[in-house]
Amino acid sequence: MAVVFKKPHALTDAILHYCPGCTHGIIHRLVAECIDELGIEGKTIGVVPVGCSVMAYNYFNCDVAEAAHGRAPAVATGIKRCEPDCVVFSYQGDGDLASIGTAETVHAAARNENITVIFVNNAIYGMTGGQMAPTSLPGQVTQTSPYGRDVNHCGYPVKVCEMLAQLDGPEYLERVAVNSVKNIRAAKKAIKKAFQNQLDGKGFSLVEVLSTCPTNWGMTPVKALSWVDEKMIPYYPLGVYKDRSAGKES
Amino acid sequence: MAEKVLMKGNEAIAEAAIQAGCRHYFGYPITPQTEIAAYMAKRMPKIGGTFLQAESEIAAINMVYGAASTGHRAMTSSSSPGISLKAEGLSYIAGADLPALVINVQRGGPGLGGIQPSQSDYFQATRGIGHGDFHMIVLAPASVQEMADLTVKGFDLADKYRTPVMLLADGTMGQMMEPVEIHTPEVKEYDKSWALTGTGMKRKHNIINSLSLDAYELEQFNLNRFERYKLIEENEPLHEEYMMEDAEICVVAFGIAARVAKNAIVQARKEGVKVGLIRPITLWPFPKQALAAAAEKCASFITVELNMGQMVEDVRLAISCKRPVTTCTRTGGVIPSPAEVRAKIMEAAQEGGAE
Repeated sequence: MAVVFKKPHALTDAILHYCPGCTHGIIHRLVAECIDELGIEGKTIGVVPVGCSVMAYNYFNCDVAEAAHGRAPAVATGIKRCEPDCVVFSYQGDGDLASIGTAETVHAAARNENITVIFVNNAIYGMTGGQMAPTSLPGQVTQTSPYGRDVNHCGYPVKVCEMLAQLDGPEYLERVAVNSVKNIRAAKKAIKKAFQNQLDGKGFSLVEVLSTCPTNWGMTPVKALSWVDEKMIPYYPLGVYKDRSAGKES
Repeated sequence: MAEKVLMKGNEAIAEAAIQAGCRHYFGYPITPQTEIAAYMAKRMPKIGGTFLQAESEIAAINMVYGAASTGHRAMTSSSSPGISLKAEGLSYIAGADLPALVINVQRGGPGLGGIQPSQSDYFQATRGIGHGDFHMIVLAPASVQEMADLTVKGFDLADKYRTPVMLLADGTMGQMMEPVEIHTPEVKEYDKSWALTGTGMKRKHNIINSLSLDAYELEQFNLNRFERYKLIEENEPLHEEYMMEDAEICVVAFGIAARVAKNAIVQARKEGVKVGLIRPITLWPFPKQALAAAAEKCASFITVELNMGQMVEDVRLAISCKRPVTTCTRTGGVIPSPAEVRAKIMEAAQEGGAE
């Protein structure tokens, strides 16, 4: 029988611990497909965060370091500077990358560190049970914003791609989503480019992936996918925010 | 034999690290240790190494975590307030069983404190610098030569036991100049099959990690690590004895305080007081046996410290409180004078510590 669909080699056989309807699984798969297609698994080193994807070291077949909360870009920097021929990527959530790790993110981008960053933005802290994230939307109800995010009290969400695009450093910044087949295909293209940039020595490439958290959003998986369209994408528009080699500056 | 050159303590550390094979340094400016970063910034690009000024001490220690994950010798340096920021990273380095060298050129505290020399991070260094059950090897140099030699030793101990090692110096040691010979040691081969270098599609993936959600599994990891700590406590304590053969009073001091104490001991000896010095070179593991042996023949102990009295606790523990232990301390960046130490020794002598 002809095999028409199979697990990417860059993913292990471990069963994912993610909740039903969570899009981490899709994003893992996209990263692994890109690693397979570029033929780089043997020289790839991943850095995984604290958050829902903390155990991603069990899921990727390449070498992996587990970083302290928010420190993945610094850890990835240390690895890349020692092993410049390896492909180094970090996989981080919104609390990790845009709150506790903001300094590490901004400065890795400013240095144009030649790494690939997969930034999963689901507008909530998932692992700890649904607290307000730096990317939670104005009015969004979470465990720590039970009356809705009040921007007069705790400020506005951080738009990572827009913020980093102000820097001269980074090579490539794109925001994608994984809530439809069309968006997933575009997301894969962006992720692959972010890895290819590193292989070409172009520098810091970050793909922000709008993701879902049905459990903590209190929605069915299907409703969560449409919430991305209805609420997230209007606030976080998809697109390329910077592509220096292609002449696109902010 | 290497050439004898006049060097600052901080520079001696940097050159010794390079000679020990360290090619990756990550730092952040802070007085009184910035010469280490400046030296590395000059040297590393010329020898194919990495000098990177990080955005914070937190980032620097995490860059060390990443570099150490690849099996390369890596280090960072800072001074007291900056070391507090590295505490998180050191806990992760210990938890992931990574070798790394961290230099603390101490200044007075707490808080922003001052920039004058201090030994007030003794508790922090020897009691488990970050969260969780772990130790870190702590080395205390008392000369510029030892700044260099213990840097080399630090890398070896880190690799041998897969543990973070701290060189605990102070502002005086960092800033003062002395003649020093920087040797090029033979770097031993250590098994680094655990390192992240890419699988090459030839082996199962390596994982550098300190997370373990199963309590029994985590307990076992900690027990295994403490088996290694036991070996370190058995094999690695280092100390120097000075005029201890007939001593009835034992002064205990490390680093710059030991040099002041030696001066005071020479003066007190001239006045007929039988006093000697035990200088711990490893603060963890603490040279307990040397202290315990001294308690068999000495009537009393005095610790000399640039803090409010921190190592004194380890001395009392080492001798099981068998003899009285007093302290001669200055804090906030003040160094006790030889006269102050001598006065303490004479006080102890009058209380029956000596003839």
